[in-house]
Amino acid sequence: MLAGSDLTVIRRGRRLLDGVTLAVPGASLTALIGPNGAGKSTLLHVLSGALTPEAGQVRFLDRPLGDWPRADLARRRAVLPQSSTLSFPFRALDVVLMGRSAHAGRSSHDHDLAVAVAALTAVDALALAERIYPTLSGGERQRVQLARVMAQIWTDDDGEGQGRTPRVLLLDEPTNNLDLLHQHQLMRFARHLADQGVGVLAVLHDPNLAALYADRMVVLADGRMVADGPVDAVMTEAVIARVFGLPVTVQRHPTRGTPHLVPV
Amino acid sequence: MSGEVSATATVPAPGQDPAAWMRRRGGRTRLALVAMAGVLIVSVLLSVGIGAVAISPAEALSILAGQAGLAPWTDHTRVQETVLLSLRLPRAVLGILVGGALAVAGAAMQGLFRNPLADPGLVGVSTGAALAAAVVIVLGGALPLGLAGVGRDLLLPLAAFGGGLATTWLVYRIASHDGRTEVATLLLAGIALNAVAGAAIGVLVFVSDDQALRDLNFWLLGSLGGVTWDRLLIAAPLMLAPALAALVLARPLNALLFGETEAVHMGFDVERTKRLVVVLAALAVGSSVALTGVIGFVGLVVPHLVRMTIGPDHRVLLPASLMLGASLLLLADLLARTLVLPAELPIGILTSVIGGPFFLWLLLRRRGLGLW
Repeated sequence: MLAGSDLTVIRRGRRLLDGVTLAVPGASLTALIGPNGAGKSTLLHVLSGALTPEAGQVRFLDRPLGDWPRADLARRRAVLPQSSTLSFPFRALDVVLMGRSAHAGRSSHDHDLAVAVAALTAVDALALAERIYPTLSGGERQRVQLARVMAQIWTDDDGEGQGRTPRVLLLDEPTNNLDLLHQHQLMRFARHLADQGVGVLAVLHDPNLAALYADRMVVLADGRMVADGPVDAVMTEAVIARVFGLPVTVQRHPTRGTPHLVPV
Repeated sequence: MSGEVSATATVPAPGQDPAAWMRRRGGRTRLALVAMAGVLIVSVLLSVGIGAVAISPAEALSILAGQAGLAPWTDHTRVQETVLLSLRLPRAVLGILVGGALAVAGAAMQGLFRNPLADPGLVGVSTGAALAAAVVIVLGGALPLGLAGVGRDLLLPLAAFGGGLATTWLVYRIASHDGRTEVATLLLAGIALNAVAGAAIGVLVFVSDDQALRDLNFWLLGSLGGVTWDRLLIAAPLMLAPALAALVLARPLNALLFGETEAVHMGFDVERTKRLVVVLAALAVGSSVALTGVIGFVGLVVPHLVRMTIGPDHRVLLPASLMLGASLLLLADLLARTLVLPAELPIGILTSVIGGPFFLWLLLRRRGLGLW
């Protein structure tokens, strides 16, 4: 659905990305992991269209990103930023409603409001609706932002926010600042979206968290793709030791059977 | 609103019914907008009515009706009529235009910079416009390329616009990096540009003759006085058009507050919005400066008052700032010309006396809350 080929980004003589080819298919949750400075966020920015690569091309539904009308693309592709600085006293509900901007003229205010409420409910943040956004805690803000990006690609096919419209959601370290419960709640929600047909790509720091929910894992190091495949195939002692420089042993999650890293 | 609450006896818990909450807030917003329109009307009536020759609202309306070909219903004097039509009214229209343009330009620039301290005066835009205008005033006779032949009434606003545009662009380039705007860099860039432009104006004062010196003096302190319908007609569209055009940028400005990348992701043409805001703000501030000189702090104080009372949404903030800015400048002008009778206080001094402490209060409040 969203496919980047041979992406190269150079900044101040450094190759932040070096010929990375990555496709985000629909109905999948891809976890992008790698050490600090590996180029994960850069790759996400290129795939989202915010950053133009020095070489390579990103296509969404076989059409170059640059050829998409902005609003058309925004209704199908949303991006959750690492952190969002907003120093003006908007209410959380206003923030989520801003996600509906690309629907202006196609959706009524009442419908936008219903979507915003549904999105806030989905991320367990409806109680925050009337709170002033800058006064929320980091984790609360993150959930409100997630509701905003959800509202942005919410399809009008049915009230549940699912449907046949091809959609992509890019999450840049979405579990930052979240407590244990909300980390898992967010990932479960991302998994749910993937099951409904959305192509989800999430930059994650915790491979164990990724393994619980993702069906595919991509490892980036020094701007290059090191591994790409099903979680079981990628999360091996050899790959993790080589990429992170941390000797680990791979165990199995007691109930789910997914791989679980334990440092040795 | 209070009736609903007492009727149901229980106050709904937060988040229980966002739709009802939005409706209540929408009602409050409309009420506030109507109140601001009322304040503007009262300000206009006070502004045209108070002075050496008093004109009551009824007399003012009657004189206007007479001008429109209707039968006047008060027995006002010819002096009142002359004072209203050729002194007070153009001055009030100028006050509305300048106050509204400065406030909207301030609000739009604060959105662009994602920072509520971006006042056209503080960041050097007004001074840049004043410098360009001062060049025209002092060196006007010696301009090359036949520009000297162009009417000064036209050349002055154009030069001020150019100066405002150049400084806005410069400040934005200096203070904005990777889609973020550093508030410290922004204000420091403003200080630097103000210093450079101020020095250049000083040089112009130094080399100017007596006539130019008198003209320059009017600039540096700011005044709504001495305006004529002719000059107003040229500059009015230059102030009104950008102020009204800025209203359609409300949605992208809202999105820009999250950062440029986020606004792009939400589907906005951020580069276009940035260019438009810079050009519109420079046009509004430049033409205001061309007619009235530097009037500081309106663009800072007014949007702040609106945010505190109605909220930060640009769809309301921009029109509300337009009305409140017009009202405040009319009232400030009223004070400026009545406080020290028979002399007239330069209005720029007055707005700075009010705006400076307000700005300091903002800084202190920000330190406490980390919030605007």
